[in-house]
Amino acid sequence: MADVVLEINDLHVSVDDVEIIQGLNLTINKGEIHAIMGRNGSGKSTLANVLMGHPDYQVTSGSIVYQGKSLLEMEVYERARSGIFLSFQYPSVIPGVQVGTFLRKSVNSIKGEHAPSAREFRKLLSKKMAMLDMDKSFLSRYVNDGFSGGEKKRLEILQLLLLEPSLIILDETDSGLDIDALKVVSEGINSVLEDSACLVITHYQRLLDYVKPNYVHAMIAGGFVKSGGPDLAHKLEANGYDWLEPQSEVKT
Amino acid sequence: MTQDDVIGDYKYGFHDSENATIRFDKGLSEQVVRDISALKDEPEWMTEIRLKAYKHFIERPMPDWGNTGMLKSIDFEAVTYFLRSSEGTERDWDDVPEEIKRTFDRLGIPEAEQKWLGGVTAQYESEAVYHSIREDLTSQGVLFFDMDSGLKEHPEIVKKYFGSVVPYSDNKFSALNTAVWSGGSFIYVPKGVHVTMPVQAYFRINAKNMGQFERTLIIADEGSSIHYVEGCTAPNYSTESLHSAVVELIALPGAKIRYSTVQNWSANVYNLVTKRGIAHEDAVIEWVDGNIGSKLTMKYPAVILKGEGAHAEVISVAYAGKGQHQDAGAKVHHLASNTTSNILSKSISKYGGRSSYRGLLKVSPKAKNCRSKVVCDALLLDEDSQSDTYPTMEIGNASSDLEHEASVSKVSDDQLFYLMSRGHAEDEAMAMIVNGFFEPFTRELPMEYAVELNRLLELEMEGSIG
Ligand SMILES: Nc1ncnc2c1ncn2[C@@H]1O[C@H](COP(=O)(O)OP(=O)(O)O)[C@@H](O)[C@H]1O
Ligand SMILES: [Mg+2]
Repeated sequence: MADVVLEINDLHVSVDDVEIIQGLNLTINKGEIHAIMGRNGSGKSTLANVLMGHPDYQVTSGSIVYQGKSLLEMEVYERARSGIFLSFQYPSVIPGVQVGTFLRKSVNSIKGEHAPSAREFRKLLSKKMAMLDMDKSFLSRYVNDGFSGGEKKRLEILQLLLLEPSLIILDETDSGLDIDALKVVSEGINSVLEDSACLVITHYQRLLDYVKPNYVHAMIAGGFVKSGGPDLAHKLEANGYDWLEPQSEVKT
Repeated sequence: MTQDDVIGDYKYGFHDSENATIRFDKGLSEQVVRDISALKDEPEWMTEIRLKAYKHFIERPMPDWGNTGMLKSIDFEAVTYFLRSSEGTERDWDDVPEEIKRTFDRLGIPEAEQKWLGGVTAQYESEAVYHSIREDLTSQGVLFFDMDSGLKEHPEIVKKYFGSVVPYSDNKFSALNTAVWSGGSFIYVPKGVHVTMPVQAYFRINAKNMGQFERTLIIADEGSSIHYVEGCTAPNYSTESLHSAVVELIALPGAKIRYSTVQNWSANVYNLVTKRGIAHEDAVIEWVDGNIGSKLTMKYPAVILKGEGAHAEVISVAYAGKGQHQDAGAKVHHLASNTTSNILSKSISKYGGRSSYRGLLKVSPKAKNCRSKVVCDALLLDEDSQSDTYPTMEIGNASSDLEHEASVSKVSDDQLFYLMSRGHAEDEAMAMIVNGFFEPFTRELPMEYAVELNRLLELEMEGSIG
């Protein structure tokens, strides 16, 4: 039997009484990469935020089971500590908090008693930063303060590498990255994928050339209208989403 | 020591038994003023100043600004104006009465002294119980005494400068302090001497209804520099104590004085302090002023830029929690041309606490080409809390350049969510944001103080979110 990491059943989500996600189903097994593609506003980030537990989003019905436990009862930090990681589309600025301090504290919070010693941590950090082509000077800057789009995404992926989660959600990680940066970041992502499950949200195919999905889901208006293999991503890139709209189905 | 009186999370709220060798009856009178002076065997000129100041204190009305309600509730007759708890000021911690020594151990003072300080004075109630200075400083001619000893050993210097920066008639509380002052620090740094390790004063109130009125005078002679650090705590009692200090700094041409404070009085202390410095030509005065504790603080560290090219820096933070009002700020008076100043004030209010920024920036008509920048940022952590800003600017000429920025912000849900998604519980996330907000202040403190301040703020945030 496959090793199920995440199971979403008939999920309905509202923001301010407007239903954004309308009956979504998804199962991700260990070792699998699922890509979600969709136009702006289709509800991709909403799904990511709900998985992480953002308070603005109300789950009105359905269930989310993560590693056999109901996710909906867990606090945001408990989800993080149990191995869920979200790479944000728009990471927050935390003025005055140095990246180095933030990373150290986050690793300590999430790994608890398994956290590395200060020395081990420094070694690990240098290694991962080298992998992502990041300069040491990053560490003394304030979290996302004055960062370019690309720098923000690198910091997200650096956290991914340090925290070693078992469910990885990447929300538009490719946006703001040029092609060289995209390669570097993708290599970083691939280095931690083996033992985890991954949900990649993007609206470009190009990231998927490097982080290769097993399944691709097309999202429209808060639901998956089509799922398939890697080919679907190419098709969506080439033809857009119109052909998947319910009314266009009627026409053909 | 007992833990009984510890209220909430204030970890310095413990107290010792009250062993006094001399304790005055509560209340203030001319006789009390005379008795303090007589007890200290002071020169007559000092007794005279005290008496004049006392008279002024009696006649002077309470300020009609600030937190007038809280000011009105101060009962000057319920205060103990002098309490001696130890026979003398010791040079060896082992000679300090056991219980008092334990208190300072608990506050980490002897440890800090060994690690990173050039000198320490530890005041307990009205007087210093311990005082020391590193020999290399003494041999360079640095004078560092508790104020009572300073007056005894160097009356001519004290006479010259005492009240020259803050006259007793400055305000009601400077009058009170001048009348009944006891303890504090006296420092003279000779020409060209750089005191590289900070010197520290620690002020501890232990008794109930105590009044502490230390007086500090720091003179940095030409081209010298010194960093002075002070900390303060008190037990948490249900009745109020009064702390009313006066600090005078004199930075002679080319000298630099940095004065750092982390004020963490318990929530029953009125903290009404006058701090002011005069900066001569090319001198620098920096106030780094943190206000975390007390019931009411009214304190506006000031710099008078008297010589050309002088610079003032005032960096302050205030945390106002339940029942607290931090009325803090800065005053800079540009008296000479080509003088510069920077004021950065940051405040956080929570649980209905109130923080006010009160600033005065003055440029004299004949002080040309002055530059000043004032930045005030307030962070409100809940809906019940309050922050207000009272900036006053009096600019006497057109060649000077002044900038003022003010902001009030709240912690956003997205910031909290982001931090929580990295494994931090809500109070930890809040503490991180708060520490970050104060960072421009904390980074100016000696590392040990910065760590302590961050820990204090973490305690304030703990279990506070429901
Ligand atoms: N916090 C929010 N408050 C109000 N509306 C929201 C919020 N988050 C998302 N929405 C709305 O939900 C819809 C889906 O948004 P989102 O999930 O961000 O889409 P995507 O990530 O696919 O571009 C949009 O109409 C958006 O305006
Ligand atoms: Mg999105």
